[in-house]
Amino acid sequence: MGLYLDIEKKLKDITLKVTIDTRGHQGITGILGASGCGKSMTLKSIAGIVRPDRGTISLNDRVLFDTDTKTDLKIQDRRAGYLFQNYALFPNMTIRENIQIAIRDTARKKSEIADFYLELMKLKELSDRYPARLSGGQQQRAALARVLASEPEVLMLDEPFSALDAYLKELLQIELLDILKTYRGDILLVTHNRDEIYRLCDRIYILDEGRLVASGATKLVFNDPQVVAAARLTGCKNIGPARKISDHMLEVPGWNLRLKMERPVPDRLTAVGIRAHYLRPVPAAGSNCIACRWDKILEDPFEITAITGQGIWWKVSKEDWNHQLKRQMPAYLKIPEESILFLKDQVTG
Amino acid sequence: MDYSPVLISLKTAAAAILITFFAGIAVARWVISIRQENVKVLLDGVLTLPLVLPPTVAGFFLLYLIGVKRPVGQFFFTYFSIKIAFSWAATVLAAVVISFPLMYRSARGAFEQVDQNLVYAGQTLGLSEWKIFWKVVMPQALPGILSGGVLAFTRGLGEFGATAMIAGNIAGKTRTLPLAIYSEVAAGNMEAAGVYVWIIVAVSLLIVGGMNLIAVKKQSFR
Repeated sequence: MGLYLDIEKKLKDITLKVTIDTRGHQGITGILGASGCGKSMTLKSIAGIVRPDRGTISLNDRVLFDTDTKTDLKIQDRRAGYLFQNYALFPNMTIRENIQIAIRDTARKKSEIADFYLELMKLKELSDRYPARLSGGQQQRAALARVLASEPEVLMLDEPFSALDAYLKELLQIELLDILKTYRGDILLVTHNRDEIYRLCDRIYILDEGRLVASGATKLVFNDPQVVAAARLTGCKNIGPARKISDHMLEVPGWNLRLKMERPVPDRLTAVGIRAHYLRPVPAAGSNCIACRWDKILEDPFEITAITGQGIWWKVSKEDWNHQLKRQMPAYLKIPEESILFLKDQVTG
Repeated sequence: MDYSPVLISLKTAAAAILITFFAGIAVARWVISIRQENVKVLLDGVLTLPLVLPPTVAGFFLLYLIGVKRPVGQFFFTYFSIKIAFSWAATVLAAVVISFPLMYRSARGAFEQVDQNLVYAGQTLGLSEWKIFWKVVMPQALPGILSGGVLAFTRGLGEFGATAMIAGNIAGKTRTLPLAIYSEVAAGNMEAAGVYVWIIVAVSLLIVGGMNLIAVKKQSFR
């Protein structure tokens, strides 16, 4: 059981080439990538809205698409549920009608099933309203109710929170997790937001300009993205081209820095990454330390973001900044060895 | 006062809009579905021509087709004993050809404005194409289609040039209101022409206004 796809499609600026396999895995699978990287195209290929140039797609052992056997199932026959970014509720139908039209059953059953989903999504009171009168969050719930009512074998969520404001977003993420737990099929979630993907997905695929640059269990990928593009997309702010000097020494020319490593430095390393939160303020120079000339200091509600002249980002919680640092910018930042990401330019092997 | 032009005009415009309305919608759907971009552009140009050319040019081409000695005209005459040129049918034909681009363009615009994601949503939910068209696309496109229908109807009602060319100006048979106005003015009967003018203004205004009211009411899915 599960989804398997291996497809290729030439798009305007990039060639999408992606392999996804959820067979034998539980939970939500995420696809992370910047806009235009091909992640929505991937979902649309599965749904049948877009036709790949080459490849194969199968869902629960049913072949949906295959260029070798010339299989190309109609969208209607694929049973791939798609939650659109703008929800795509039918504006001329009430919420109840929107849900009922998606149910494949007899008329009497339809109304019963619709009741169930209206209840599940807490939409009972809104069932006779038109979508235009619903808030963004309510529309999302209605769209989710509708897609679940169609009983798809895979549920695909395309940037489900991008149209919502920050407060609502967090609330709905929690709600969504609860609802999705009751769904038995595969779930694919596409987003450019690393917090969303980290919070919601058990496994992720990272796409960069149409190519797969990382995949695996979410936490493992975030801990060791391995590739520059993957590091950047998982939110690593400090990435510097680097050169191996010896088995335990590497150089980052852009930061004017040599790093001594306990770990052996891999041969194919082309860059190192260090997440902005992991830099440690220190009062005096030492090994693996950066002398800081502070260029910009930005204050967020709970965090200070500071950028040095070399372009290194440092983030520190306000609490630490107020109490431990007494609101003084440190002269040096130490790079803890265990936080250093060894990175390559390309995916290999 | 001869009121036959009023009747002929209303009959002509009604018959013409029946044809134009459905043909315009069907052709619009068809053109949208064409994938080759250059074929689409060319076809769109040809279908729009009657709108931008002088009606007499359209009339000229039509006469070329349906004259008794011409292929289409000959075919109808030999097999059905129907003479299209200079008959009431010709007034309808002229109105259809001239008003068609308005209907076609409005319908096409209305269909293309429907959010394609709604169609995809319908398809991924498993709705048949038929259901998607009637329950999703049509309700969305209806206001645009109706206003196209109003434009096409009033244009058909006001058709003059092509009608004069292929149907002539036969009193009681092919003399529509616009032709009657022209004839009366030419004969110096300004008063009779004036009556016809007020009738055509009133009918047109009534229809445009009435349809707008319906469209406004239908629109509100809130």
